[in-house]
Amino acid sequence: MAPEERPKLAVFKFASCDGCQLALLSLEDELLSLADEVEIAYFLEARSQTQPGPYDVSLVEGSVTTSEDIERIRRVREESKYLITIGACATTGGIQALRNWKDVGEFVRAVYATPEYIHTLEQSTPISSHVAVDFELNGCPINKFQLLEVLTALLHGSTPHLPCHSVCMECKRRGTVCVMVAQGLPCLGPLTQSGCGALCPAYNRACYGCFGPMESPNPDSFASRLLKDGVQRAELVRMLRGFTGYAKAFRSATDKWEKAA
Amino acid sequence: MATDHPNSSKTIKVNYLTRVEGEGGLYVRTEDGNVREVKLDIFEPPRFFEAFLRGRHFQEVPDITARICGICPVAYQMSAVHALEAALGVTPGPEIRMLRRLLYCAEWIESHALHIYLLQAPDFLGYESAVSLARDHPREVERGLRLKKIGNQLLEILGGRATHPVSVCVGGFYKVPRRKALEELRGELLWGLEAAQETLKWVSTFSFPSFTADYEFVSVSHPEEYPMNERRVVSSAGLDIDPAEFEQVFLEEHMAHSTALHSVRADRETSYLVGPLARINLNFAKLSPQAQAAARSCGVAWPCRNPFMGIVARAVELVHAYEEALTILETYQEPAASRVEFKVRAGEGCAATEAPRGTLYHRYRINDQGLVEAAKIVPPTSQNLRRMEDDLRALLPGVLNRSEAAIVQVCENLIRCYDPCISCSTHFLKLRIDRG
Repeated sequence: MAPEERPKLAVFKFASCDGCQLALLSLEDELLSLADEVEIAYFLEARSQTQPGPYDVSLVEGSVTTSEDIERIRRVREESKYLITIGACATTGGIQALRNWKDVGEFVRAVYATPEYIHTLEQSTPISSHVAVDFELNGCPINKFQLLEVLTALLHGSTPHLPCHSVCMECKRRGTVCVMVAQGLPCLGPLTQSGCGALCPAYNRACYGCFGPMESPNPDSFASRLLKDGVQRAELVRMLRGFTGYAKAFRSATDKWEKAA
Repeated sequence: MATDHPNSSKTIKVNYLTRVEGEGGLYVRTEDGNVREVKLDIFEPPRFFEAFLRGRHFQEVPDITARICGICPVAYQMSAVHALEAALGVTPGPEIRMLRRLLYCAEWIESHALHIYLLQAPDFLGYESAVSLARDHPREVERGLRLKKIGNQLLEILGGRATHPVSVCVGGFYKVPRRKALEELRGELLWGLEAAQETLKWVSTFSFPSFTADYEFVSVSHPEEYPMNERRVVSSAGLDIDPAEFEQVFLEEHMAHSTALHSVRADRETSYLVGPLARINLNFAKLSPQAQAAARSCGVAWPCRNPFMGIVARAVELVHAYEEALTILETYQEPAASRVEFKVRAGEGCAATEAPRGTLYHRYRINDQGLVEAAKIVPPTSQNLRRMEDDLRALLPGVLNRSEAAIVQVCENLIRCYDPCISCSTHFLKLRIDRG
């Protein structure tokens, strides 16, 4: 495609580990052909040359944790035709949203010798708390092939199709013996959206929910089963408050359990 | 970028450093041709890992600390694992140790190939990105991508996925790989070893600014092995300590312009250098045979004190990582148990390991329930920040007569030589030069 006709792709980073934008660079077999199909117009980690907006597709990594970032995400929204959040931080607030249940002032004092140098918001919030988001891609980290599916669909004007069933379905499909049934491990698979390929149970451990809640999870039913097995309520709260703990379904369930404890 | 009259005073600002991981900038102020101020601005927002780790179960820690950095999650997992095992008095057997080294090899391969080909080579060849570089040098960029992919494939076999792998735990692994799965990668690893040698020859032909500094090099050291995951911490100034003494010897300072802390030697407040150059300079004799031979014949005199040659050091280590991965593959037998059993007890432990970009220190205190009471993490980039500023201060006077764009280019190139990972240093970069 002639350079001037190519759609413009931008990548923006907020509070995050860079792991989700790295997914683009980890498309080793597809990266150079992708760069022919789209103009990589703004991607600081990969290019020194930047182009001003507007952009056709903006990928946003990371959560909002500073007042400057609230302003910045609004500008990104204004310049973007499609805004897609990539990963648990951008979509749910990320692991750094654990502060949302704590006193961030105390966190600053715990980590930094001169707290007054640090300016941060009390909460780590997902991008959708601040601006309209066109598509949310889950995962900590995202699955690079899901990213490719989303980009391909958008470039061809179709709707991306990603499964929204639970990790349990993927375990059945790959023939993994249920770690909850067979080993009694407290597995978040029944509550968690698929996309990772049900990795953890295949590695002989319980799912820890890094793709966030599935479409219609039932945390209370999950909790009653685990409580019966002798799991403590505090442990249950801790399990759901991980990489996607601030996602609505996990947040409301753990807030309720905490009150009941 | 802003500038005013070159002869009086001048400010150079780079608002966003590119081709580095995470966000930061550079500010330089000169007066009458003298460099008055050099600041690496780190505005990556803090995420407070050390604070929210408190109250978490020790077995959750490696999964959480992996999220500090998407490029070197293994180093963050493994430093945590080693520190927690020290706290719990756990010593896994030799097969587990060897698999852990293989995991390090995989991450060094992925991270070094990414840095050499996608982040830094464009600097030396006059391109703004690997995408532009690929138009004129497709063969090289494709080689880099395949080298990187093999590291990721190895990570996928060992840990399920390349970013934030899921197999590591305190005591060993949740699951160890089948010999057959690793065997299937042998052909690619053999290709990779040859390609890593080609990489070293290629980067050795780049033209490097003649700049050297009087560094104190610091790295992990082990009596028999090239440093990856244990044991002592040594320096070119004669330091040789147990990781338990790390916080007495190295001090983190908090600067107003940075959400990253700066490390210095506690006794004399001087900067020091961690990373591939430091590792090779301090551990040359422990490089794998092919890496050692290649390092000798690549035209660089070791010990090397030119930071711009960090890319050569990284390529030597790429050879090492491929060669060691093949050696481990040769002898690997699936261990009878993937992890050792142990009793939870209260305790405190620390460890220093070598992330691709340098020494990474962790310390944890846990209670008798296995919950974290205190956590301390000192990432490689925050240890190098003061050294980067020192280097820029030394480099700048020699380049101030150049054009604004040329100054910015050489400063950014120098900063990239450190392979800074700003996301992980958040306790890190924009260039601003203020000529008064």
